[in-house]
Amino acid sequence: MDLPLVFTALMGISILAYVVLDGYDLGVGMLMPAAERNEQDMMVASIGPFWDANETWLVLGIGLLLVAFPAAHGVVLGALYLPVAAMLVGLMLRGVAFELRIKAEGWHRELWNWLFWAGSTLAAFAQGLMLGRYITGFHGGAGYWLFSLVVGASLCGGYVLLGATWLVLRTEGALQAKAIAWARWGLLWVALGVALVSLGTPLASETVRAKWFSYPRILYLSLLPLATLAAWFWIWLSLRKSDWKPFAGAVAIYVLAFGGLTYSLFPYVVMDRLTIWDAAAHPSALKFVLVGTLIVLPFILGYTAYAYRVFRGKVTGGGPYAAPK
Amino acid sequence: MDEALVLARVQFGLNIGFHILFPSITIGLAWLLVVFRVRYERTHDPAWLGTYRLWVKVFALSFAMGVVSGVVMSFQFGTNWPGYMNKVGNIAGPLLAYEVLTAFFLEATFLGVMLFGMNRVPGWMHVTSAIVVAIGTTVSAFWILALNSWMQTPAGHTTDGDAIIAGSWWAVIFNPSFPYRLAHMLLASGLTAAFLVAGLSAWRLLKAPGDAAAHKTLRFGTHLAAVLIPLQIFAGDLHGLNTLEHQPAKIAAMEALWNTEKGAPLVLFAIPNEDQKRNDFALTLPKAASLILTHQLEGEVKGLNEFDDRPAVTPPFIAFRVMVGIGMLMLLLSWLGTWRLRKGPAPRWLLWSFAAFTFSGWAAVLAGWLVTETGRQPWLVTGILRTADALGDASGALLGASLTAYVLTYAVLLLAYMVTITHLAGKGS
Repeated sequence: MDLPLVFTALMGISILAYVVLDGYDLGVGMLMPAAERNEQDMMVASIGPFWDANETWLVLGIGLLLVAFPAAHGVVLGALYLPVAAMLVGLMLRGVAFELRIKAEGWHRELWNWLFWAGSTLAAFAQGLMLGRYITGFHGGAGYWLFSLVVGASLCGGYVLLGATWLVLRTEGALQAKAIAWARWGLLWVALGVALVSLGTPLASETVRAKWFSYPRILYLSLLPLATLAAWFWIWLSLRKSDWKPFAGAVAIYVLAFGGLTYSLFPYVVMDRLTIWDAAAHPSALKFVLVGTLIVLPFILGYTAYAYRVFRGKVTGGGPYAAPK
Repeated sequence: MDEALVLARVQFGLNIGFHILFPSITIGLAWLLVVFRVRYERTHDPAWLGTYRLWVKVFALSFAMGVVSGVVMSFQFGTNWPGYMNKVGNIAGPLLAYEVLTAFFLEATFLGVMLFGMNRVPGWMHVTSAIVVAIGTTVSAFWILALNSWMQTPAGHTTDGDAIIAGSWWAVIFNPSFPYRLAHMLLASGLTAAFLVAGLSAWRLLKAPGDAAAHKTLRFGTHLAAVLIPLQIFAGDLHGLNTLEHQPAKIAAMEALWNTEKGAPLVLFAIPNEDQKRNDFALTLPKAASLILTHQLEGEVKGLNEFDDRPAVTPPFIAFRVMVGIGMLMLLLSWLGTWRLRKGPAPRWLLWSFAAFTFSGWAAVLAGWLVTETGRQPWLVTGILRTADALGDASGALLGASLTAYVLTYAVLLLAYMVTITHLAGKGS
């Protein structure tokens, strides 16, 4: 069995799960200043039971990078030192602000609300920056940095779209109407971002250019942007008619973008430098972890599904820590 | 040592020290919450419900602090110590992965049910969630302590070409120091939670002397501490003897014994002089070190002169005395408190004493970790990898800048955390 390939798939799934799951709660955090006070409480309540577990997917993704590709772990995180530090500060601020804003009153509460927004935004932007640096193989130079900044800004738009469509799914009434408007702005932002990043990527990387523009592969590849476009319109048209379709559409856009990214990068774990086979850990370590993963993952998926079932339906005004019936 | 190595160590030490504060609370507090929740389920006494709901808030906040600082750590392994994963990644990686897989998701998901699910799931399911979260925190400690112990006393590994790999995972996990370290840490966590609960309950009683729930939790925390502290002293002694067997240089540094001696004195206090290799202003108890470490008056104890690779003396020596000192005060206060609470409501001096000891567990835990981690130097993994060889190529300036950001963030978060839980406990809900 090709263990490095199996672990690449597992790591990919974890990172995709993280981006979608923490993406919606980071997006909700970024939308906080646009809402009224009571709406903010509902927004926070909609992500309350989930955010801890959502963030765990990041630890799993980075953990798998560390387990399966130890040689790449140091290179990647060393090269991304500053954006990683910024993301971590952002995640810390928002995680703690989330808990503290519930317990605070008066201007304290406003301060934690602000930090919740600022932390979410900082983390989202830093993640995009990391992605941009990663795609370009950590090259220096103004052009590469500009590209990374664009990816950072685009990922913020993507998270806003996920957050807004999550709120369409989980709320009703005036807040839902607002979320629909936010989702439209998010869609426009995403359209601009995806277009810029798609144009920029082949310019920034020769490897990607060679992979994209070769006949007949380009014919199959063109299915990805076409499907993305279809998902985009699907969201736009279903925004007033359906609660769940916009969120499903947003997830579809992420899956498609992630597929395109995987195609462009594979088989590199550090662009143009280390392939997944160069960087792989010893088979004894990979086997030991694989056995555990195959046993435990179904349980994780099972109880995650259970948690989403327990907290299904629209968020009501009760807020967190509501008293028992 | 060069600047980047010092900064990388300070940064990682700061982060890991900040992180351990919160697991120290949550591992113990999770089990206390199970007790509170089960008592409510059995009695339907609203005081227990109030107790549960107060302390679950403290737990949630502590857990969130643990999660976010834990995420930072998973990244800093790579950013600060790339050589660590290159050298022993085939052992460290899987142990960390098992923690995430078997504990992290479990805790995080069922904490959601515990916090927000009380009116959405049946009572038995809610109790089960509390138990699952408690098991998760303990399992988490299991894997982390297995890895840390392996770094202290590596066993069960072999080589394949240049790579260091596990020969027997059982031997890797159950390495010589693991059972002692795990027991010592779990008891430390129980004590940290017990003094936190007793201290904050005392704080509440100073403000509202009639609070029935706070009376219950003060007694509970005091009794728990009174039972755990002798167990901890016993476990600590066993852990020390285990260290003497496997890491004698660490013991020599902890006791500031410069030369091998028979009938070695116990240095109660001194200022270790690294240049002259002796102790200044030493206050000693004749033959006591031999008695404690070998259980014989004339037993031979190896001194630092025997070891080429040895840690600096001052950090483990001082930290060890701080830890033991706090432990003795904990013993005194918890036994005094247990005796006094039998006679009726606590007097104000006792309440103030407990309030002052609210975070005593943190101080002892930090001191203990300083002993064991500085005592392992210059090794990162004993005999296998030196700390200096694991350093990345981040510049001193980059490390300094990010260190400043981390220090500021941690200071704000720690202050906010302590103020918030004190405030929550003070108003009693």
